[in-house]
Amino acid sequence: MSWPLWEVFVRPRRGLSHTHVGSLHAPDAATALRNARDVYTRRQEGVSIWVVPASAVTASSPDEKDSFFDPAADKIYRHPTFYTVPEGAQHL
Amino acid sequence: MTADLVAGYALRIGDDALIAAQRLAEWSARAPEMEEDIALSNIALDQLGVARSLLSYAGLLAGADDPSAARDEDALAFGRDDHEFRNCLLVELPNAGPAAAPGTPGDFAVTMAKLLFVATYQHLLYERLSASTDEQLSAIAGKARKESAYHRDHATQWTVRLGDGTPYSHDRMQAAVDDLWPYTHELFTDDPLTRGLAADGVGPTPSALREPWLATVDLVLSEATLVRPVDGWAPTGGRDGRHTEHLSYLLAEMQVLHRAHPGASW
Repeated sequence: MSWPLWEVFVRPRRGLSHTHVGSLHAPDAATALRNARDVYTRRQEGVSIWVVPASAVTASSPDEKDSFFDPAADKIYRHPTFYTVPEGAQHL
Repeated sequence: MTADLVAGYALRIGDDALIAAQRLAEWSARAPEMEEDIALSNIALDQLGVARSLLSYAGLLAGADDPSAARDEDALAFGRDDHEFRNCLLVELPNAGPAAAPGTPGDFAVTMAKLLFVATYQHLLYERLSASTDEQLSAIAGKARKESAYHRDHATQWTVRLGDGTPYSHDRMQAAVDDLWPYTHELFTDDPLTRGLAADGVGPTPSALREPWLATVDLVLSEATLVRPVDGWAPTGGRDGRHTEHLSYLLAEMQVLHRAHPGASW
C-alpha cells in the first residue's frame, strides 16, 4: 500500500460534533474526502466529513497511560455532584 | 399511444442504467484499491436503483391497454434476450475496452472514461427529465440527478488525475477516451420515439444534449491534458436492439441464476 493513511471524522447531524469513525487510504485530500463519503456515509451516517492526514495526528503513548490518566481516577470533586439540584430543573 | 412511447423510453434509459450497473459491478473485489472498490460498487448500486424504478415503470405501462402484457422489473431484466434490450452500445462495452476478448481483466482508465461520458449524459438527461410532463419520470429523474452528479464528479477526479499524471497514465487515459469516443454519438441520436416524446414535453431531444455535454467533457479533458478525439465513425443500433457481441456475454452472467431458478429470491 503506497497511499498515505487518513483519519475520518463524521458529524452525524447538525449540532453534534465530528466523531472519529475510522481511517482509509487515499493519494490526496480531495480523494480522501470522496473515499470517506463512500466508505463511511453510505447509510446516512452524516452531514459533514473531515479528513485529516494520519501523520498530522499527535497521539498519547500507551507508555504514558499511567501518568496521563490515573491521577484523574480519585478526584471525585471534579465531578459536579455536590450541588443540590433545584426541584423542577430539567436537562441537566 | 403515448403510454407506448413512454414505456419504450423508460426501457431505453432504464436499460442504460441496468447495463452500466452490471459492468461496474464486475469491479467488485477486483478494483485497484479497496476504497475504490467500494466507490464503484456504490455507483453500481445507484445505477441499479434507477434501473429498477425505470424498468418497473416501463413494465407497468406495457400493461396499460392489456393488463396481461404488464411485466415486473425482474421479468424485464432477467427474461429478455439481447435483441430486446434498448441500452446504448457504450454501456455494454467491456471494462477492458471495445476490442477486448471476453474475460480480459478490466482497464480502469476505460471504466473512468466511460463513467465520465455516461454520467455526464445521465446528469443532463435527468436534469431535463425532472421537468418532464410525465410525473413518474419526473420523480425518478429528480432523485437520480443528485446521484449522477456524484458519478460524474468521481469520473472527473480520476480522469484528471490519470490524464495529468505520469506519461504512462496519460497515454492509457487518452487511449481509453479515443477508444470510447465513437460510441458517445449514439447518446445524442434522435429518432421518431424521442421526437414524439419531445413534442409532448416528456423528454428532451437527445441531440440538444450534445452541446452542454461537450462543454462539460471538454473542460475535464483539457484539465486532464487530454485531446478530444475527432468525430468520425459513429456506431449505433442499441436503441433498436442491435448490439455488440459483448452484451450477450454480459447477459449470460447477469441472467443465469434467474433462468436456472425462475422466480428465485432471498
